[in-house]
Amino acid sequence: MSHFAPPRLSLRAVAVWRRNFLVWRKIAIPSILGNLADPMIYMFGLGYGLGGLLPEALPAFGGGSYIAFLAAGTVCASTMNAASFETLYSAFARMDVQKTWEAIMNGPVALDDVMLGELFWAAAKATLSGVAILIVVALLGLVQSPLALWAIPAIFLTGLAFAAPGLIVTALAPSYDYFMYYFTLFVTPMTLLSGVFFPLDQLPAGIQAVSQMLPLTHAVALIRPLLFGQVPETPLLHIAVLAGLALACFWIALGLTRRRLLS
Amino acid sequence: MAAPLEVRDLRKRYGDREVVAGISFALAKGECFGLLGPNGAGKTTTLRCCLGLTTPDAGTIAMVGEPVPARAREARERVGVVPQFDNLDPDFSAAENLLVFGRYFAIDDATLRARIPRLLEFAGLASKTDANIRTLSGGMKRRLTLARALINDPDLLVLDEPTTGLDPQARHLIWERLQGLLADGKTILLTTHFMEEAERLCHRLAIMDEGRIIAEGTPQALIAQHIPVSPSPLRPANLEDVFLELTGRDLRD
Repeated sequence: MSHFAPPRLSLRAVAVWRRNFLVWRKIAIPSILGNLADPMIYMFGLGYGLGGLLPEALPAFGGGSYIAFLAAGTVCASTMNAASFETLYSAFARMDVQKTWEAIMNGPVALDDVMLGELFWAAAKATLSGVAILIVVALLGLVQSPLALWAIPAIFLTGLAFAAPGLIVTALAPSYDYFMYYFTLFVTPMTLLSGVFFPLDQLPAGIQAVSQMLPLTHAVALIRPLLFGQVPETPLLHIAVLAGLALACFWIALGLTRRRLLS
Repeated sequence: MAAPLEVRDLRKRYGDREVVAGISFALAKGECFGLLGPNGAGKTTTLRCCLGLTTPDAGTIAMVGEPVPARAREARERVGVVPQFDNLDPDFSAAENLLVFGRYFAIDDATLRARIPRLLEFAGLASKTDANIRTLSGGMKRRLTLARALINDPDLLVLDEPTTGLDPQARHLIWERLQGLLADGKTILLTTHFMEEAERLCHRLAIMDEGRIIAEGTPQALIAQHIPVSPSPLRPANLEDVFLELTGRDLRD
């Protein structure tokens, strides 16, 4: 079981993070626009199309418009998607196809550092994705209070919480085809059950209990009030769930990847 | 001063198969040591153990004086590696590949920017400084990988089949560069399938088969010892004769 020994981390992870940043910088503008397009289409389509059918200022939507409610959910879902894509497809390309990790480990960098760099890189990229939407939402006048700035560290934490499980899937995946299962069985259902599109109390009681165990539910519960200018109700619980998930999943992902690459 | 590499009673098992079955060897400073053997003989596993990328089941390894795997990270700071398959970064130019790789060693950018033109010159790639990796030929990629392995000015170079897949011109150019590095006092550990490569470059070599070292010595001594009479009246005996004599003619994979 030595593969699951505690991580031995060092600052060499920074060089791994910088490598990914340098690649991203070459395609930064199309990458940001591409990341924005999909969530924006959903947000405007559903927000104005569906939201137009609803009365203004429903209590179920926190007393605001549906689009404001949906915008906060979209920030969270988009952060999750960006972190997942980066740690599945992009990290898998670096690990398996391009053998980038192998090359890095020929230098004085341990796999532990490579994975830590990947984790923080995916979280950073996810933060960019979430914050880009946050900026658009703010420009539309849907954010009322400077309390929304606290959403930025919460978005980063959400990025970490979804990057780490993504690394587990990558450690186990035989090929890209496998990732579809993660999205269709885990990410997509969670998006519908975490209060992104509609309030959780619309769900049957049994499913609401399941919702409370989903990490995206905690991200939404942490971030949405901040955009509405409110302090979240149980912030420490949500932070603990997201941070705990990030830590536990990173450890497992590291063990599985050590087994895969260092046997 | 510690030997560049010292391996003692190394063993590594995968399932039922003992891939490395108790081998010992040591490199002296400034020499080129070759590991020869058919596919599956355990050469690459031996290299991976030496670099600390695989944990052996038994045995001790000291690389550039550091115990491996315990201090593999520190040991690799003074080692350069050319892997069997190219893993250059396809998103970067030739110069960026060297810069990014140098940062893994925590070498500052100013030092790296001073070293990179010299390394590209050494690799015959000065005109390809800003070229995308995807546009380079196989030989150019190998030379760039060799240049990358020198970014930290290593004491020991570990080369896993450095000329496999190259045409004769490209192969000769790599040999010439490696001889230059030996003349500069670098130590080289090399695996190869090319007997000509081993005869030209290696001061000493070990022939591995089924995880064991079955012969070790200078190329000349091995030839004299195992092939006293050339199998062909038209040419003198060579290392290939020794290799086939010791490992047989059966296909291995």
